[in-house]
Amino acid sequence: MSRKLLLEHDHVPGINTYAVYRQMNGYASVEKALKSMTPETVLEEVKKSGLRGRGGAGFPTGLKWSFLAKPPGVARYLVCNADESEPGTFKDRYLMERIPHLLIEGMITSSFSLGARTSYIYIRGEYYYVANILEKAIEEAYANGWLGENILGSGFSHDMHVQIGAGAYICGEETALLESLEGKRGNPRIKPPFPAIAGAWGCPTVVNNVETIAAVVPIINEGGEAYSKIGIGKSTGTKLISASGHINKPGVYEIDLGLPVEEFIYSDQYCGGIKGGRTLKAVVAGGSSVPILPAELILKTAKGEPRLMSYESLGDGGFLTGTMLGSGGFIVMDDTTSIVKNLYTFARFYHHESCGQCSPCREGTGWMEKILHKILDGHGTLADVDLLWDIQGKIEGKTICPLGEAAAWPVAAAIRHFRAEFEEYVTNPQSIKDVKHYYRLHNLQPA
Amino acid sequence: MTKKPEFAPETLALARKLMKRYPEGKHKSALIPILHLAQAEFDGWLSPETMDYVAAILNIQPIEVYEVASFYSMFNLKPVGKCHLEICRTSSCWLMGAEDVVAHISKKLNIKEGETTPDGMFTLKTVECLGSCGTAPVMQVGATYFENLTLEKVDQLLETMKSEGKRRSYTDKVQSSNI
Repeated sequence: MSRKLLLEHDHVPGINTYAVYRQMNGYASVEKALKSMTPETVLEEVKKSGLRGRGGAGFPTGLKWSFLAKPPGVARYLVCNADESEPGTFKDRYLMERIPHLLIEGMITSSFSLGARTSYIYIRGEYYYVANILEKAIEEAYANGWLGENILGSGFSHDMHVQIGAGAYICGEETALLESLEGKRGNPRIKPPFPAIAGAWGCPTVVNNVETIAAVVPIINEGGEAYSKIGIGKSTGTKLISASGHINKPGVYEIDLGLPVEEFIYSDQYCGGIKGGRTLKAVVAGGSSVPILPAELILKTAKGEPRLMSYESLGDGGFLTGTMLGSGGFIVMDDTTSIVKNLYTFARFYHHESCGQCSPCREGTGWMEKILHKILDGHGTLADVDLLWDIQGKIEGKTICPLGEAAAWPVAAAIRHFRAEFEEYVTNPQSIKDVKHYYRLHNLQPA
Repeated sequence: MTKKPEFAPETLALARKLMKRYPEGKHKSALIPILHLAQAEFDGWLSPETMDYVAAILNIQPIEVYEVASFYSMFNLKPVGKCHLEICRTSSCWLMGAEDVVAHISKKLNIKEGETTPDGMFTLKTVECLGSCGTAPVMQVGATYFENLTLEKVDQLLETMKSEGKRRSYTDKVQSSNI
């Protein structure tokens, strides 16, 4: 049984209101930090906790904070990345909608450590109604003295704003997010300089995911060391997993890192097994960007060890036989699923979402979408499969931001693990498994 | 729209308030939030006149507004129906039958993706991942996420929207979704 550090009270009625949140020991981390700690000791606890960025990259949070430049007289900012757009991921929306004050509390405690007078929550435009929930919670926090001037008489003052986006996956990349915050197109910046040196409006800035910032609350309340004892190895703490696809119980689950993948998929406590008693075919374990794995490799590593839900275990075997924990967007596919068609939805996604700055990504994602469409249409050739492989290899590593890799990896992995299925599509187009797509394309009625 | 766009006084006041959320001289940062207000107030889309009006409020060049409005998929640069039906088509929603939902609506309303019904009530669009994968398939209409869709549910929703006959915007104040 995994413990719950973030979602402990997610089903308490009224937990989205200040009064109930406060009753559940809400804002204790702000009290503790402002009354008995210094910005440095808060940072020490976060470092000790081993917390890693929960948005997908898994970079150590304490280290990221320690890079923040602190030139005298220059404003510093904390910006929360609530642009959650990685297909398969919906945990941040759940957290913000259910327990908005948890994020706000984490933002205040983190800002105290970073010395940020102002912070912004950049939220994707589609979550407009969630932005309204956050705005309301922020108003409550001001009304109760947790935001504004001289909080708890500590001398620390803080203002917080919600910034709404308008539909662009790329704004989840931190420098594109900052461009968007400044009222521009979401084109990623060339790094260096990193945001820690020159971020929002050229000032030192830390950008952290919603879940990362929320995790600061239990870390300060219980101590970094206690947090670091949860999990396995360098994968410390708990992680929110968004489970979707062909499972009996889709939803958001908070797990201790290190939980066996098999238990996560089949236990009634989590996904509850494959829908309709069917067989597991494949899993995308960490959002659309990470390599898809066939059933045998997601349940066990190439060495035959049980695969665990941790950064290291999911990464075991590199991209040849492993994948990544990523954002925790866990998409499960049963044996009826067309891997080619699923890949087509990903390729179309990345083509749609490429910002267009770098030619390999702008052009390559479009080519990959078109070739996959051709294959699904029954007109593909074996050379097309090789061409897909070739194109993905020419995008990876050749772009300003990681969207290029995010678009290339799913293509590479699908071909690597399911090449036979691609070949079947091109050598025997009648066998196209996704009959619905095939029939619709040709205006036929399925038999 | 023939008449010059102009915000209602309370919207203009809100826009001015938003502009104060940023450091001195950086009020351009309010562009995207203000474009949302403009799209909601001026018939669900951003006409060149509307964008010029927003540029004037922010005291920036019109091109700075055009380049942003054309980048983000939620801004409509052409008129849309009162109810903009946005159906997610990415992986998990596809796995759970989003294509059937799109085909059903298309047939029922007799419009293809990107088209608007002759009465100006509905526009049909497919969109990329809405972050509702665990409650797939999902359709966003204005501020509301309609989750765990079935064809029956879709029929009911279309009926309700049609009988209400009102425009639905992202900025509408709505209750939380059904997650």
